[in-house]
Amino acid sequence: MTPEIINLAIQIIIILIKTFVLVGVVMLHVAYATYFERKVIGHMQVRLGPMRVGPHGLLQPIADMVKSLFKEDVIPSQADKAIFFSAPVISFFATMTALSVIPFSEGFVIADINVSLLFVLAMSAISTYGIIFAGIASDSKYAFLGSLRSAAQVVSYEVSLGLSLVGVMMMAGSLNLNDIIIAQSHYSYGMFIVPQFLGFLVFVVAALAETNRTPFDLPEAESELVAGYFTEYSGFRFALFYAAEYVAMIAMSSLGTICFLGGWMLPPFITDIFPFLLNVPGVIWFALKVYLSIFVYYWIRATLPRYRYDQLMNIGWKVLIPLALLNIFITGLLKMMGFFRVI
Amino acid sequence: MSVESEEKLGHSTKDLVISMGPQHPATHGVLRLILELDGETVVKLTPHVGFLHRGTEKLHETLTYLQGIPLSDRLDYCSAMANNVGYVLAVERLFGIEAPLRAKYIRTIVSEMSRIASHIIWLATHALDIGAMTVFLYAMREREWLLDLFEMICGARLTTTYPRVGGVRNDVSEEFLDSLYLFTDEFPGRLLEYETLIDQNRIWLKRTKGIGVISAEEAINWGLTGPTLRGSGVSYDVRKHAPYDAYDLVDFDVPLGTKGDVYDRYRCRMEEFRQSNRIIRQCIEKIPKGPVMTPDAPKVTLPAKDRFATEKGLLPIQMGLMRKGPAAPAEGEIYSAVEVPKGELGFYIVSDGTGKPWRLRLRSPSFVHASVLSRLSVGHLVADVIANIGTIDIVLGECDR
Repeated sequence: MTPEIINLAIQIIIILIKTFVLVGVVMLHVAYATYFERKVIGHMQVRLGPMRVGPHGLLQPIADMVKSLFKEDVIPSQADKAIFFSAPVISFFATMTALSVIPFSEGFVIADINVSLLFVLAMSAISTYGIIFAGIASDSKYAFLGSLRSAAQVVSYEVSLGLSLVGVMMMAGSLNLNDIIIAQSHYSYGMFIVPQFLGFLVFVVAALAETNRTPFDLPEAESELVAGYFTEYSGFRFALFYAAEYVAMIAMSSLGTICFLGGWMLPPFITDIFPFLLNVPGVIWFALKVYLSIFVYYWIRATLPRYRYDQLMNIGWKVLIPLALLNIFITGLLKMMGFFRVI
Repeated sequence: MSVESEEKLGHSTKDLVISMGPQHPATHGVLRLILELDGETVVKLTPHVGFLHRGTEKLHETLTYLQGIPLSDRLDYCSAMANNVGYVLAVERLFGIEAPLRAKYIRTIVSEMSRIASHIIWLATHALDIGAMTVFLYAMREREWLLDLFEMICGARLTTTYPRVGGVRNDVSEEFLDSLYLFTDEFPGRLLEYETLIDQNRIWLKRTKGIGVISAEEAINWGLTGPTLRGSGVSYDVRKHAPYDAYDLVDFDVPLGTKGDVYDRYRCRMEEFRQSNRIIRQCIEKIPKGPVMTPDAPKVTLPAKDRFATEKGLLPIQMGLMRKGPAAPAEGEIYSAVEVPKGELGFYIVSDGTGKPWRLRLRSPSFVHASVLSRLSVGHLVADVIANIGTIDIVLGECDR
């Protein structure tokens, strides 16, 4: 065998190992993100959350997983089976694929491609197809309404989500997530949240809507549409949708961490004062920042009521998009005047 | 889509018909709504009731006046005490007896406790329907406290059957009054907690202001009562305008809205929490000592247990009362209404002079309010239907009877 083929084989094996590690870690995180959510919201609502399975309910996610695996898989008799089966798979795999381009630590990224930012947005858009398919294939009016809402919601918020990140792209001069993180360390404040605060606000709201979380959880508004697009799903397929929502949440939090909070790096003004912090592995900072943003998701869920469908559209088109455009304009103007000079 | 554009396109659209309920998380029991939707806009709404029909009115005809009390628990199970009081007051009016003052105070206290308990359920589910989940659990914490207090009085938490014709079943202890006073001390602070979460919340305001508007005149014509009517600015409260029990001895206000939308009705009920709290406090401070069962109606109430040891001939009286019921004084009919948390609960009794009502008709506020749902919701969105179900505050046990 020529050395090139051996080299290629080694490369493939390394990528495979990385993928398995990533999938394993992320799935465990997804399982415990549900636990974390129930505990956080539980304590915010003066109750304890899961307490029965294992000490402090620590085995609850495992029990949930086992339960959903063994549950009867009910399929509506009039359902379009092929689409019905593929919908949760599309939703889940699209959101998981988005994680493949996210740099979790220095050098740890499965696919270091140059358009990784666009790739994440594209994948989160594709996962919407799962929701739409689920609604259409279920042959249920509630699921249908849920998926219609979702389609409209994602189309409108995709725009503001993309536009809110344009300022970051302009400052970093790249679409590669790795480059975006490294670009932030060139500034003394070390995080794009400072100059891009407006963009960050738009991003947070749009990300909430994009992942169908409160106050924008209209596609699955349980008081109106029972469970929205996955009303007719049960067992493992339901679990896939459920997991997809949490993976999407992790992906969006990671994207926010990378684009606005400096990814795995700490701002230089902190490391200048406490140089020993540089010894801490970057993945820990990354994870802490992601957990923080996930916590904010939960916090919002425990606090806010739900918007109405038309109000959601108004916010998307009349507030967020103009704000994002204003942010782009300001960023461009400042860049032209030479404010963002690398130190 | 308008008719002209449909014609231009050469095809027609059809309204989407959705059956919401009877198994649906937001229909507060077993209400069934047939919604006809144009997109998300409600074109037509038809409420279907009767899934919880138990024939209460007919059952009353086969039971004696005393046996009828437990049936009133099952009307509005969120505020059983208030219904009990309503029923015994109607029977007392028929028999022409009056409860002693202490019993009147106790009944006022338990009526207001059940008003708070019922409004808590309303607030919790209303907020949950609109998406504010935390309010639900905060509110349930206080309801739990109230149910414990009910348990202290009579041993039951939900279906109490505590008031009796001619008084109440047993006296309340000082310990109970003290714990209730403690509750009234704490409760206004808890109310502020709920209000912190939703009262000035922009999303809450957007979801409730200008939704389900009904003018004062229309509200009267629809027969609305209770906070649902007062949200439109009509000052009508049975407690104020036809006082019963100790309501004319205590001081309280009737909170009114102005616009008649979901938000005003919400504010009305939030104020009623405070007024109920005020009434309970005054009652505890003013409650006199004395008997809790009237002595002037020996043929109506069952003899007390301790009388059996000293007096003779009580057993046949008791047996007679149990079997045939207390004979109503004469043929006649009465209508007696009380202000239950939902609105005006009326009992119309036709007597033929026997121990059982010849006919008993219930005027239940939830039934009337369920009918106004289509007036409130048509032209709004699906999400507003949910807000409207919450705001009219119906309980299907009372609606379907």
